[in-house]
Amino acid sequence: MLFKLAWKSLLARRVSVLLTVLMMTVSIFVLLSVETIRYQAKDSFTKTVSGVDLIVGARTGQVNLLLYSVFHIGVPTNNVSWQSYQEFATNPSVAWSIPISLGDSHRGYRVVGTSTDFFEFFRFGNKQALTFQHGKAFDEHFDAVIGSEIAKQLGYQVDDAIVLAHGIASTSFSNHDDHPFKITGILAPTGTPVDQSVYVSLEGIEAIHFNWQGGVRMPGTATPEAADLQPKTITAFMLGLNSRIQTFNLQRQINEYRQEPLQAILPGATLMSLWTMLSSVEQLLLLIASLVLLGALIGMANMLLVSMRERRHELSVLRALGYRPGFLFALLQLEAMLISLAAAFTAFISLQLSMYVLKDWLLQEYGILLTRLSIINEFLFMLPIVLIASFLVALIPAISAYRQGLHQQLNL
Amino acid sequence: MTNRPAIQIENCQFRYHPDSDKALLQIAHWQVEKGETVFVYGPSGSGKSTLLNLLAGILLPQQGTIKLDEITLNQLSNRKRDAFRARHIGMVFQRFNLIPYLTVADNIKLASHFSSHDKPYLQQRSLELMNDLQLDIELLERPASQLSVGQQQRVAIVRAMINQPELLIVDEPTSALDSDARDSFVDLLLKQVKVAGATIIFVSHDRSLAQHFSRQLDIQSFMVTGEKHAV
Repeated sequence: MLFKLAWKSLLARRVSVLLTVLMMTVSIFVLLSVETIRYQAKDSFTKTVSGVDLIVGARTGQVNLLLYSVFHIGVPTNNVSWQSYQEFATNPSVAWSIPISLGDSHRGYRVVGTSTDFFEFFRFGNKQALTFQHGKAFDEHFDAVIGSEIAKQLGYQVDDAIVLAHGIASTSFSNHDDHPFKITGILAPTGTPVDQSVYVSLEGIEAIHFNWQGGVRMPGTATPEAADLQPKTITAFMLGLNSRIQTFNLQRQINEYRQEPLQAILPGATLMSLWTMLSSVEQLLLLIASLVLLGALIGMANMLLVSMRERRHELSVLRALGYRPGFLFALLQLEAMLISLAAAFTAFISLQLSMYVLKDWLLQEYGILLTRLSIINEFLFMLPIVLIASFLVALIPAISAYRQGLHQQLNL
Repeated sequence: MTNRPAIQIENCQFRYHPDSDKALLQIAHWQVEKGETVFVYGPSGSGKSTLLNLLAGILLPQQGTIKLDEITLNQLSNRKRDAFRARHIGMVFQRFNLIPYLTVADNIKLASHFSSHDKPYLQQRSLELMNDLQLDIELLERPASQLSVGQQQRVAIVRAMINQPELLIVDEPTSALDSDARDSFVDLLLKQVKVAGATIIFVSHDRSLAQHFSRQLDIQSFMVTGEKHAV
């Protein structure tokens, strides 16, 4: 009877109830979005790189080096000489190294010049190795390996030919169309920026830039010799050490390297400092979203409180029939709960739809992979909080109904 | 009629403000036998509704006892008093008896919810009452807001009688009805009360209705000394 009464009472005031549900839906949607993206951004960033002990690049901010070398966000300030790379790559404490050369793109996706060690030693997530969905690693200078998302978005398959563009803009007028690359492999999905990158050999990068000066191709048809394809500079490199104990020692050596101003960073520690930098923004976003929700909840309480005036007779009838003041309290609370549940589920479904539409854009632009599971988890975490907040705020009209039931005469 | 009184009030005083010197109602002794039909009249503000609220257990006297069927109502806990009202007292008001957005059937179920009888029995009883009160069965599924005032008042009687209460409290139920509908309504009401063997306390301004009842009471007699001279 309680549920039926609450439900039909809400239906009887459907316009104001719908507006209240809408107001709460928007606020829960905002809160849920902020939380989901915040959590997913952290998760995506954290699982992008694992098992790399040091990342080395030209001196710049620690966060900047991490962002451009791993997440392909931003632009490198300077390069690292091949000699310096060789010196540290052959250091006895180094187990493996991965050179990275950035600066080109393919239809908006970053091109990474590297060695086949990348496929062997790079780890993501919980130290998972890269695997090939189709094909294999590059072998020749003009071979390329692409991430799963590029294959999916652009419909590429193994043996397809692609042309790289000079620069990292999504639209480039300087294409390396004289040297098309052949796709030899497609990597399995990782949920990291790897999925949106094209990997070619360092020699391939050198070859397409042979005869280029200042970003422009020079006239002439000279063909490069093998020696010409030895890189002179790279953008950065990753190091895996034999023992983690040596990390700080090698970091100090690199930072104090006299031949060239270099900087070595610990990815985990740099990510931590990035989160610290962003935490105040996160807190602010969370605060704003929470205040929006609080405003909507107060709006709901107000709607219920205002309805008490028109429901005075209804409550009196219930009391006359023998329903206790506690029943009236429960009735108001149940109505508030139904409004909150309707708003929460509408917000959840709206968020699912929005994420379905925006998923590719978020992954492409920000490297944030939104999974259905993560939204469900956030929702299940948020739902009890919303319901408890709803209960607390609805105490005002519910207590009012209780007191009215307790003290008001049956004077209809 | 049996010897056990349906209502027995002794040395009862009620005032809205406990600090007030003057009691609104002061009843030395008042007794109503089972099956009696009592017509209560008096001007506005004379305490008619207060008496009904006291009999329903919504208001409690500062002094004295109110016994319904030998149960001292004002000594029961809140919970027991609400339960007693649900089981033993039926109420019909001037207006707004029904919850407008519920169907007639649901309005009746609001009361039968407290009944100890099973569902089929209650369904059968509500059909019988609807029939006796000349209400079309099809109205059961109609929202209360779509009924005429007369229909609403008769549905209110169905709801009040569904649990076969020993006491029926009725407060100005005919004020919104025309004279023909009013007499018909009172006839139907008293017929149901008689069939159920219940006691009725009927409050109205309209003294012309007094003739239908076995006993009349001027509420003003309770305002000072109590009913020493019941009519």
